[in-house]
Amino acid sequence: MMKRLLTAPALLALSALAYAGPAIEAAEKQATNWHAIIMFLLFVGMTMGITYWAASRTKSTADFYTAGGGITGFQNGLAIAGDYMSAATLLGLTAMTYSQGYDGYMYMIAFFVGWPIILFLMAERLRNLGKFTFADITSYRLDQGKVRTMAAISSLTVVCFYLIAQMVGAGQLIKLLFGLDYNVAIVAVGLLMMVYVTFGGMVATTWVQIIKACMLLAGGTLIMLLAFSQFDFSFTKLLERATAVHKLGPKLMHPGSFLADPVTAISLGLGLMFGTAGLPHILMRFFTVTDAKEARKSVLYASGFVGFFFNVIFLMGLCAILIVGQDPAFFEGGVVGGKIIGGGNMIAMHLAKAVGGDLLLGFLAAVAFATILAVVSGLALAGASAISHDLYARVIKKGQASESAEIRVSKIATIGLGLVAMCLGILFEKQNVAFMVGLAFGIAAAANFPVLILSMYWKGLTTRGALVGGYSGLVSAVLFVLFSKSVWVAVLGNPKALFPWDQPALFAMPIAFLMAWIFSKTDSSVKAKAEIEAFEDQYVRGQTGYGAATASNH
Amino acid sequence: MSSAMYERMRANPKFQQLISTRGRFAWILAITVLVIFYGFVMVVAFSPATLGQPVSEGSMVTVGFAFGLFMFVFFWILTAVYVRRANSEFDALTAEIVHEAWQEKK
Repeated sequence: MMKRLLTAPALLALSALAYAGPAIEAAEKQATNWHAIIMFLLFVGMTMGITYWAASRTKSTADFYTAGGGITGFQNGLAIAGDYMSAATLLGLTAMTYSQGYDGYMYMIAFFVGWPIILFLMAERLRNLGKFTFADITSYRLDQGKVRTMAAISSLTVVCFYLIAQMVGAGQLIKLLFGLDYNVAIVAVGLLMMVYVTFGGMVATTWVQIIKACMLLAGGTLIMLLAFSQFDFSFTKLLERATAVHKLGPKLMHPGSFLADPVTAISLGLGLMFGTAGLPHILMRFFTVTDAKEARKSVLYASGFVGFFFNVIFLMGLCAILIVGQDPAFFEGGVVGGKIIGGGNMIAMHLAKAVGGDLLLGFLAAVAFATILAVVSGLALAGASAISHDLYARVIKKGQASESAEIRVSKIATIGLGLVAMCLGILFEKQNVAFMVGLAFGIAAAANFPVLILSMYWKGLTTRGALVGGYSGLVSAVLFVLFSKSVWVAVLGNPKALFPWDQPALFAMPIAFLMAWIFSKTDSSVKAKAEIEAFEDQYVRGQTGYGAATASNH
Repeated sequence: MSSAMYERMRANPKFQQLISTRGRFAWILAITVLVIFYGFVMVVAFSPATLGQPVSEGSMVTVGFAFGLFMFVFFWILTAVYVRRANSEFDALTAEIVHEAWQEKK
């Protein structure tokens, strides 16, 4: 009994905005946008050139998974910012500011604060202990087979939900922006992603991400400056005029309904903060730099770009209230205050058109497409490395696999993931997928993060504790989301939610921590004792970086 | 990568100094961020009107926006402060510890 997407558009918009997921409403196909297509083809041409170059430098497993650890802090910072700012961040948050004002700003703050925490408590140890995947850290002194299997399962779960959300979002967005058929768009994204990842590995994926991050930052800033110039760059003037016309009036800059419920507010805060610190494709970025020094710099640059861009988006949203919201040309039937052409997520696009014409609109559309492609590539690489590095090389082959065999498996895994993503993307076309990004963050926060942080900080963690903690976090996050309003009611069509909150983190995270603690404490096996003793050496390595995987020489 | 190397490093008083100084520094910064952010969330939940007030009489800018902007800037400055100190002082100390462990080995 799947409710159709169109029957719950308001709910979709709301829950989609709760995470910067692809809040793309079912879109009507638009006229083919040649400006956008030409600019996107330029982007594809450039990134294909880079992939060709990267392919020649991708020989070892280290090259494939982590670009040989040779990415600089600045480059990696841009790439992390790129991974973090999806198309939905740009479109969804501009739209949220446009319609709800200050609530959009609060959301962006919650999305930002995870970064300093990751830097202070995790970045150093991640880099010093990890090699290719975060399971390298969690399984460092624990049972390789069992702990890696668990990490791979939860990583793949996170990656799959995230991929579905991105693919469906991509299809809708591309249909809307480029006037291409939904299935054509899905196949195009899937194929391009396969080419980048299988041929160019992490080198190509990183550069695609860097180029896209630069385009996104430059495009967004240009639009913001052009729009803001209409108000003589006066924030007061902009606010005066925006509050005068907005339906919220003077309440525009007040906290609204978004975080009114403290449980939701805290749960969302926890989910965003610690979910970020448990996303496999973000964690992988800590292994692409030379050492802990560069890892710290990456976070500094990444959080700088992300923080800057969020403020740009907020200004874009406010300017759009006047520039788009007062122009009949952007409303269906030319009625100001009616339905926006193309739906709420088109606000940023309309703003681009209003201040820079078709050329700037085409550029921004191309940026949005490039953004989806880059995020999907990063996800596929993270998923493929969980399969090839964790499952194949360490669990099945017990560390005896040759490098070439491991790379071959990861390429096959990438193609497999690409095909799965395309099929699921087509299958879920008409479904409400907004909850999937929330689910991905929830699982990352409840399954990956607790085991990861405990393995780095708590001496007493044993294999048994890690397994029970990780799996119970995974299962409870999935169940809480399944029983919440966004799935139980909106997707499955039941009348009433069994679990009253949409955000699982506040509840699933304590379960995972508690289980890990109880089952470690009561573990009196000989193996557990050896695992606890092995913490000492791991601790010194985590602190000093001595013995850490180093950059390969080239 | 031997256990003996780690053993020697752990025995070095400079190692204890490194982990206690850096640990304290990192936790102070982290707790600062957490207290300010979750404090903000509590104000949003329990006293939203506070954030809706103008920063000064007749100003269009609300306390909520000013405080939000402050958090973006302040938290980023904290990351810069941490990176600066970790990349100079703490990394130098780490290098000394590793170096001394090597010296002992010879």
